[in-house]
Formats: sequence, C-alpha cells, structure tokens
Amino acid sequence: MSNHTTPLDDEAVTYDEWLDAIDAGEGFYLRSPEGYGSLPPRRVCPHSGATDLTHEPLPETGRIETYTVVHVGATKFADDTPYISAVVDFGPVELTGIVRGVDPEAVAVGDDVGVTVETRETTDDRLVVFRPA
Amino acid sequence: MTSVRVAGVGLTPFGAHDDRAGRELFASAALAAFEDAGVDRAAVDQLTYGNFMGALAEEQGHQAPLMAEAAGLHCPATRYEEACASAGVAIREAVRTVRSGEADVVLAGGMERMTTLDTGRVTAALAIAADELYEVRAGVTFPSAYALMARAYFERFGGDREDLAHIAVKNHANAVDNEFAQYQTEISLEQALDSPPIATPLHLYDACPITDGASAVLLVSEAYAKDNGIEAPVSITGSGQGGDHLALQDRHEMAQTPATEDAATEAYDEAGITAADVDFAEVHDCFTIAEVLAIEGLGLFESGEGIAAAREGRTTADGETPINLSGGLKAKGHPVGATGGSQIAEITRLLRGDHPNSDAVEDGTVGVAHNAGGTVASAVVHVLEADQ
Repeated sequence: MSNHTTPLDDEAVTYDEWLDAIDAGEGFYLRSPEGYGSLPPRRVCPHSGATDLTHEPLPETGRIETYTVVHVGATKFADDTPYISAVVDFGPVELTGIVRGVDPEAVAVGDDVGVTVETRETTDDRLVVFRPA
Repeated sequence: MTSVRVAGVGLTPFGAHDDRAGRELFASAALAAFEDAGVDRAAVDQLTYGNFMGALAEEQGHQAPLMAEAAGLHCPATRYEEACASAGVAIREAVRTVRSGEADVVLAGGMERMTTLDTGRVTAALAIAADELYEVRAGVTFPSAYALMARAYFERFGGDREDLAHIAVKNHANAVDNEFAQYQTEISLEQALDSPPIATPLHLYDACPITDGASAVLLVSEAYAKDNGIEAPVSITGSGQGGDHLALQDRHEMAQTPATEDAATEAYDEAGITAADVDFAEVHDCFTIAEVLAIEGLGLFESGEGIAAAREGRTTADGETPINLSGGLKAKGHPVGATGGSQIAEITRLLRGDHPNSDAVEDGTVGVAHNAGGTVASAVVHVLEADQ
C-alpha cells in the first residue's frame, strides 16, 4: 500500500545539504529502483517516476561530456569570467558546474574530473566545481 | 474540428524602442492586426498574451488585462509564460479555444521589453529560463547552455563554427528587405567568424540580439470568417507542443531536441501532412546551433545533416526548404515573449504574398512555425496552410 502523504519533517534532502555532502567528501546521488540517477531535491525520479529513491555514493571521477568557455556572464558571475562551464557524466547521474585548475585552451570533452564545492569569484555563493582527477 | 483562420497580423518594428512602454508597443501591434483583418475590436472574445521577463524589465506583472486595455479590448485576458515560447503557447491556446467552439475571435500574441536592462542584467533575466538550482547557480547562461549543446552536437555529428556562421549570414541576408527586422544588413562569413566569443564555440554573431517588440495575430473561426465576409486565405491547420527536462544534465541527449520532435509529430498529424510537405519554416534560431537542432527536430533534415544545410544552400531563400525568410530571431530580432506570434505573422505574410520575401516561396502552400522555450524544454509547432 502506498503512502501519498509527504510530511514536512521526513528525510528529503535540500540542495544545500547536498552541497554540504559534496563538500564533506560524502557526495551522493538519488537512485531509482530502475537504476536512474538524479540530484536533490527530488520526490520523484525524473526518468522513471519512481518515488522510492535511495542515496548512493557519487562516483569519485566523472567525464566531461560537453563544455563551454564563458566570456560574457551574468552579473553575479562578472568577476568569474572567463570560466569553463561543463556538464560532467558520473555514470548514473550528470552534474553541471565550473571547471577549475585547467587551462581553458586545454580543456577537452572526455577529460576526467572530480567534484568539489567552492565559491564564486564574484560573490560568496557556493557552486559545484570540477577539478582534474 | 473547426478550422482556424488567420484574419489579420500586426507587428511593431523589432529593435530598441528606448522609452516606449510595453503596453503601447502591444497596442501598436494589435491595432495593426485589426486593420489588417478588417475586424472590429469589439468582436474579440479573448486575449491570449505571451510575455517572459516583464516583471524584471518593466517591473510589471499582471500584464494581460493591461494589454487588453491598451489594445481597446473588453474581454478576458490571460498571460502565458513558457520562456521564449511564451507567444507560441499563447497562439496554441487561442487555436484550441477557437477550435473548441468556445470563442469565434481571439487575439493572440505577445510583447517583450528587453533593452531596459543592461547586458549583465538581461543575461541574468534570460537565464531564469534555465534550472535555477542545477544550472544558474553553477554559472550557466542562456548562450552558454546553447554552447554546451553546440559542443555536444559537434562531438556527435561533426560540424564547426564555420557551418554555424553560414546560418548567421543566411538569416541576415533574409532580413535585408524585412521592414520589421532589427538588422536589415548583410554580414560576411568573416565578420561572423571574427566576432568576439560569448560562450565558445558560440560568438557574438551566433546569437540573436536583445530586442524590444510586439506581435499580434487575430484568429477567427471558419464560420465567423464566412459569416462576416473576412478574407483570410491562411489557416492554422496543426498545433503541437512538446516538453523535456528543464536542465540539460537530465536530458538523455543534448544534440537533439525531442520536445520539437513531439510537437512536430502532433502538429503534422493534426494537419494531415508529413515533413516532406513543408515548403518553408520559421524556426527558433536564438543561436545558430538552435536552427540546426530545430530543422532536424522538425524532420526537415536527418539528424547530423542540418549543420551543413545553410552552407550547402539548402535552407537559403533559393534553397529547397527556405528557413527563416524573415531573418529569424538572429537578424529580425527576438523580443522573447513576442517571437512566437511574430513567426505566425511572417508565415502568414509569406503565404499571402505580401511579404518582401514571398517570391522565394511563390508556389508554397505549407509553412511551419517552431517556437522553443529555454534550451527546448518547451517547443511549440504550428502548421499554416494557404488556400489552394
């Protein structure tokens, strides 16, 4: 029998708590019974519709699937430009963030990277950062 | 199913309108549509209106009743927001309302003021169409999201910046004689290639400009047109909409746009056509790569073939399937919430024969409009057909 209520005090993880976990070296993703991955905050798997999602350790290394060197950013990233923006494939789940520690001229699709949490140059806001594995 | 006729269309010139208020821009487009249609404003049953960033650009929410008032209408009015596809969904809602028999006369369209914001703020405003948690906080902008898709396309299918530059050159050439276009100027391949990078591999001339403007389309039922002697030789015969994950990281594929494929399938099925029947199209080329993704998603070109279509002359004005004869978003301009209505207006003019580029599709009877939201997490496709 399914339970359709979603009490406010249950264990749903916020996006900031997920960043905390990455920062602590305990990165994870949400896994559906079918094996699909997604990131918090989620009640429903975006790929299968499953609601019984479990926390699984995020693989330590991902592969840059696509990237761009951003020369014109939004105001809140004005001091960060130019920066490398990338989508990184960690197997069951993909993450979007900024690549640091790599020359923008040298970055390539297929590069292996790990994930950390750092702050923007422009503000103190945290963001997902990839660094060479 | 009740047929939906395009009774009249109206546009403002696209560009920088300085201190003109959005309401006055929309009124201008609406009055032009009424004049084109020869229909009295009092006949309008409903206004469906597209707008994306009015709360930021003019600090004006609740725009639909404001726009109805500005256009001299006394009818229910609703704003539709689907990022850059806002007017597309407004048109679609109007089509469905007329078809259902709930209304005989619906004004649809949209308006956007963008030049009120400086480059950093307009970049931030456009970025709100992306996923705020997963993308915007990680530095993704509207151009950079399409740059991520462009790189993914190159990796999968091949192609390079020069292929994309040919699209920019083509669309600028198409806009030269369009009195509503923001850039009525040709550009060279070298100019496009030498322009500064925005988000590699996309450079300045791969991107649509920042634009103010409004569009209005007056849709009427077949019965209303007949009973009132309205000359309306163009009909909207198919309407489709598709959706996808908002964030690129959750897509199964970044080099294709399933939302467009789904919208096209629905619209073609309704119209009883296939992609092979399409004579020309106005597609959502907010960036040059977006035109590639659109013409492939619409089934006009096979996956991997769209990238070379402009370079090979297949989509130019004299090509087999002209794309963006208006100049497209790239050269005509992209006032976000007005664009979907503008595409319908341009196709109507092209089919009627009163567009500066109508000669390019002299024998054409089927035009397709493709309007996309964000990185094509939303897509709306309409089929327009001219009476034979």
